[in-house]
Amino acid sequence: MPRIEVDANRCKACYLCVSACPKKCLGKSKTISKKGYFPAVMERPEDCIGCTMCYMMCPDVAISVIKE
Amino acid sequence: MTIIAKKPQSLTDIPMHYCPGCGHGIVHRLMAETFDELNIAGRVIGVAPVGCAVFADDYFACDMVQGAHGRGPAIATGIKRSKPQAIVFSYQGDGDLASIGMAEIVHAAVRSENITIIFINNAIYGMTGGQMAPTTLVGQVATTAPKGRDPKLQGWPINMCEMLSQITGAKYLERVAVDTAQHVMAAKKAIKKAFENQVKGVGFSMVEVISQCPTNWHASVEQALEFVRTQMMPQYPLGVFKDEGAK
Ligand SMILES: Cc1ncc(C[n+]2csc(CCOP(=O)(O)OP(=O)(O)O)c2C)c(N)n1
Ligand code: SF4
Ligand code: SF4
Ligand code: SF4
Ligand SMILES: [Mg+2]
Repeated sequence: MPRIEVDANRCKACYLCVSACPKKCLGKSKTISKKGYFPAVMERPEDCIGCTMCYMMCPDVAISVIKE
Repeated sequence: MTIIAKKPQSLTDIPMHYCPGCGHGIVHRLMAETFDELNIAGRVIGVAPVGCAVFADDYFACDMVQGAHGRGPAIATGIKRSKPQAIVFSYQGDGDLASIGMAEIVHAAVRSENITIIFINNAIYGMTGGQMAPTTLVGQVATTAPKGRDPKLQGWPINMCEMLSQITGAKYLERVAVDTAQHVMAAKKAIKKAFENQVKGVGFSMVEVISQCPTNWHASVEQALEFVRTQMMPQYPLGVFKDEGAK
């Protein structure tokens, strides 16, 4: 099962990853980060196919894609 | 557990200062991935520009100098000629490269210096707050063109890839964008090629990246991507303008 991790300490809430995800897995967090942003969060982990599109669009290198 | 994608080793852990959604960070990552994949990280020496990327030396885990505005190609020439084994890049914005640095970029191409230029075209002076650049589009509003760029007053935008393609010494010129994952993948290929060329000794190689500047375009990130597609790309078509790497 592929999954992603978002580093909330790097994320600046541009949501380029949210619009890039072909499976519409990602959303916006409802809690504010230490940095002062509402970071991207995984909302539907079961749909993630590990395609790395989110990683590719992230300007802040906040996303890692992992295969278990 | 296998990690499919994560921050490349050629980037430090320091979080980047760019505005949310800015194209600079995507390009930094593509360059760092290239250094890792070509196994050249220990040989890379970069020249950071004056512009929003002035702190790039904090982010790349390689040796770097920070050059005077526009002088990157001249500094990179000196480094490459005194250290031929080094892989040398100059990273420059459009205000830097196409305005004050026009002479340096043209003559580095004329001499076909075996260096790699990464040229970030966001059609604006980002760092200083949105003045008109030579690349600013006709009609585009800037602090120094408050009614929009008027060719009668400020001339027309300059297309650097097309212009440099007239120079024999320019060996590889490609224009890419970072507005979609597909374009980011194509940008990665171009950047990798521009560094592979240097390893092979091909000569002057430049990749122009059409890059979003949401802040000084006074746009949301979504609107900035739309501006790239509907306004920037008609003026700055993507593609390969010269590729003499194989010859
Ligand atoms: C010799 C000199 N002239 C002018 C400046 C002021 N200055 C700083 S950054 C900049 C332009 C930056 O624009 P660009 O190169 O397009 O980079 P961006 O910030 O858009 O990435 C200017 C004119 C300077 N620092 N040094
Ligand atoms: S890896 Fe692909 S499917 Fe999974 S969250 Fe990222 S973009 Fe969506
Ligand atoms: S692309 Fe990166 S910085 Fe932007 S919202 Fe997603 S994780 Fe955060
Ligand atoms: S001003 Fe523009 S180019 Fe500079 S960091 Fe912000 S978005 Fe990027
Ligand atoms: Mg600029």
